[in-house]
Amino acid sequence: MSSKTSRHVLSILVEDRFGELARIVGLFSGRGFNIDTIAVNKTLDPRFSRAVLTTRGDDQIIEQIIKQLHKLVRVRKVHHMTDEKHIERELCLVTVRAAAPKAREDLERIINLVGARVIAYSPTAFTVELSAPSKEVENFLELLRPLGIKDLCRSATIALARPGDDKTSNIGENAA
Amino acid sequence: MRGARIVCESLLCEGVDALFGYPGGAILHVYDELHKLDGKLNHVLVRHEQGAIHAAEGYARSTGKVGVCLVTSGPGATNVVTGLQDAMMDSIPLVVLTGQVPTTMIGNDAFQEADVVGITRPCTKYNYLVRDVSELASVIKEAFYLARSGRPGPVLVDLPKDVTAAEHPFSYPESVDLPSYKPTVTGHPKQIKKAIKLIESSERTVLYIGGGVVNANATDEIIELAERLNLPVTPTLMGLGAFPSGHDQSLGMLGMHGTYTANMAMAEAEVIVNIGARFDDRVTGRLDCFAKKAKFIHVDIDPTSINKNVIVDVPIIGDAKTVTRQLLDALPDAPPPERKEWWGILRDWQKRFPLSFKDRTDCIAPQRMMKEIAEITRGEDICATDVGQHQMWAAQYYPVKHGRSWLTSGGLGTMGYGLPAAMGAAVGNPDRRVLCITGDGSFQMCIQELATCVHEGLDVKVLIMNNNFLGMVRQWQELFYSRRYSEVGMKYFPDFVKIAEAYGATGLRAEKPEELHEILEKGLNTPGVVVMDIIVTKEANVYPMIPAGAAHYELVLEPEDDGEEPEPRELA
Ligand SMILES: Cc1ncc(C[n+]2csc(CCOP(=O)(O)OP(=O)(O)O)c2C)c(N)n1
Repeated sequence: MSSKTSRHVLSILVEDRFGELARIVGLFSGRGFNIDTIAVNKTLDPRFSRAVLTTRGDDQIIEQIIKQLHKLVRVRKVHHMTDEKHIERELCLVTVRAAAPKAREDLERIINLVGARVIAYSPTAFTVELSAPSKEVENFLELLRPLGIKDLCRSATIALARPGDDKTSNIGENAA
Repeated sequence: MRGARIVCESLLCEGVDALFGYPGGAILHVYDELHKLDGKLNHVLVRHEQGAIHAAEGYARSTGKVGVCLVTSGPGATNVVTGLQDAMMDSIPLVVLTGQVPTTMIGNDAFQEADVVGITRPCTKYNYLVRDVSELASVIKEAFYLARSGRPGPVLVDLPKDVTAAEHPFSYPESVDLPSYKPTVTGHPKQIKKAIKLIESSERTVLYIGGGVVNANATDEIIELAERLNLPVTPTLMGLGAFPSGHDQSLGMLGMHGTYTANMAMAEAEVIVNIGARFDDRVTGRLDCFAKKAKFIHVDIDPTSINKNVIVDVPIIGDAKTVTRQLLDALPDAPPPERKEWWGILRDWQKRFPLSFKDRTDCIAPQRMMKEIAEITRGEDICATDVGQHQMWAAQYYPVKHGRSWLTSGGLGTMGYGLPAAMGAAVGNPDRRVLCITGDGSFQMCIQELATCVHEGLDVKVLIMNNNFLGMVRQWQELFYSRRYSEVGMKYFPDFVKIAEAYGATGLRAEKPEELHEILEKGLNTPGVVVMDIIVTKEANVYPMIPAGAAHYELVLEPEDDGEEPEPRELA
C-alpha cells in the first residue's frame, strides 16, 4: 500500500437524525483525521442527508476512515468519489476593491476569463461569485489578489458522479 | 402507560434479571415504577455509579447477556463514563439508562444537567436522547439489539424527566428498524478458501485468539480447529478462558507480559491465524518488528479492526463462531498434521523458558500466592482482576478453566474494575464462587462496593496482593526511571482486615509464607464476602516483559541475580 498523502473526496449518505453530523465530525477529531471541508444537505429521500467531505491521508488512513464511517450506526453508504469519475464544485464569494477605472478593467477581464460574475457592488468594490473546483478557485483568488481582496467566503466542496459513470447517485437511498 | 413504566416493561420484555443502579432526581419516576413492580425487576443498589457500570460489565461478560445500568442525570451519568469507555474498548454489551432534565430545560444549565449524549458519543457504540415518549419502547429495543449484535458494546439511553412522566400506550416492538446497520456474520467463501490454502501451505502456524472468541461463544469451534490442525494456541489477555489454559496445545498468553514461547512463536511463525483479536499494541510491541516472517489471516466482526495496525493477507469479516465453523467445514478430511519441527521448537522453548519466579522464605512471593490460589480453586471459579502487576500474575498463573470466567479490564486498564465486576458476576452466577484478585491500590478505587456485596449476600472472595506499592508503576519507575519512586507508596494503609470487618465481611491476613496456604484455604471456603490481605514481596517485578515499543525478541526474562529484597527506598 502506498503511503503517499493525497486529497480525497468522500460522499456519505446518512440517516437524517439529530446528532448524526456530530458523530461524523467527532469520528475525525477523535481519531486525529483531518476534515478540510464538509457540506451537508437533504437528498430527495427525506430519510437521508448527504455529506460531502474532503480530507487528506495515505491509503491506509483513507481505508480506516471509510471503514470507521461505515461503522457508524446511521451511515448508510460511503462513496470514495476520488476513485470514480466525478465533478467537484466549490462556491466562492469574494469582494474586490476596484475604484479606479484601470482596476475595473482588470477585474472585468479576470471575471470573463474564468466565468465568474458580479452579484453585488458599491462605488468602490465588487462582489463576485465563482463556482468551480477548489483548485480553480485558488487560481482565481491569486489573480484577484493584486487588486485587493476585501472580503472572502468559500463553501465546502460538493461532488457528483459524472453522468454515465454514476455508480453513486445523490438522490437518496433507492436510487443509490 | 407512564413513560417510566414503559422503561420497566421494556426491560422485562428483554428478559433483564439484574439491573445495577443508583437513584436521583431526574430518574425518580423510573425508581417509583421499580417500587410498584415490587421486586419483579431485580435492582442492585450500588454505592457509586462507577460500581454500577463495572458490575454490569462483569455481569455481561460472565453471563453472555446484556448488562444494564440505571443512573440519574448530571453526576450520576458522568460517573459512568469510565465504565462506558471500558466496555467500548473490551466490546462488552451494555445498556445504560440515564435520567436527564426535562426536555423543556435542556440547554439551560439546569440543576444536574450535563450534555450526556455529547459527553458519551465517542465512548458508546450508539446513544440516544429520547425526545418523545412515543419513541421510548422502540429506542430501548434498538439499544439492546445494538448492544449485543455485531461487535458488542455499550449503548446509552438518556431519559428526560418529562418523557418518563408522559403517558403513552405500551407495545414492545417485535423488530428493529435500523436500515444502515447490518453487521456481517458470515465470512466470504472466497476468503475462507484463501485462508485454508494459506493454512495448508505452512508448517509454522499459530492460532492467536482474543475476546471476540468469548463474545461469539466460539470456544468449542476453536478447540476443534486447533485440534484438527494441531495448532499451537495463544490467547490475548481478553481471550483467556476462550481456549482451556490446561490444554496441551496452549502456549499461554502472549503480549507484553506473555510467555516466552507464545511471543517467540509469533516472531517465528510463517502463518498467524488471528481470530477475534485486534493486534493491540500491548500484543504487537514494536510494529515494524512484529511477526516479520508471517502471513496473516484475520477474522474479525469489526471491519475497522482489520488493517488498522497490521496489514493482513487474508481478511475475513464475520463472527468468530460462524467463520471458524466455515473454516472447519472447508478443511479436507485428513488427520492432523504432525508439525514435528514446529512443535519441537515450541516444546524446547517451553522447557527452557517456562514462567518462572524465585520463591522466597522471608516473604510471600506474589507468584506463589497465585500458584496456591490456582491449586486450591483448580481454575473452576470466576476470576475478576483489577489493574496492575497482580493482574498480570493472575493472567499468567490462574488456570481459567471455563469460558466467560475471566473478567479483566484489558483495553482501558481501569483500576477499580475488579471488585464491582466480581460483584456483577456473582449476581449473574449465584451458584459459583467469584474471586477478585486486586492490589492495595486498585482495591481502594471502588472499595465502597464491599457494602453492596455484603448487602446482597454475594459469594465474593477478595484477594489483595498487598505490596505496599502501586506496583506496576513502581516497576516502570524501577526499570525506566532509575528507581526514582515518585508517588507510588501505599504505606500499608488502611488496615484492610478492619475495613472488611467494618463492612460486615470477613477479613483475614497472611504475612508469612507458612501462613499463606492456610489463610487462602480458610478464606476461600468461608461463605459470603471475604477479604484476604496477603502481604507479598514489596519490589517483585512481572516477567517476562517486552518493554513498551520494543520487539518481541527483545523480551526480558526474570533476571538471575538477587533473591534479596533491595534496600528500602525513602518514599516521596
Ligand atoms: C484509574 C487508573 N488510574 C491509574 C492507572 C495507572 N496504573 C496502572 S497500574 C497502577 C498501579 C496499580 O497498583 P495496585 O492496584 O496496587 O496493583 P499492583 O500493580 O501493585 O499489583 C496504576 C496506578 C490505571 N491503570 N487506572
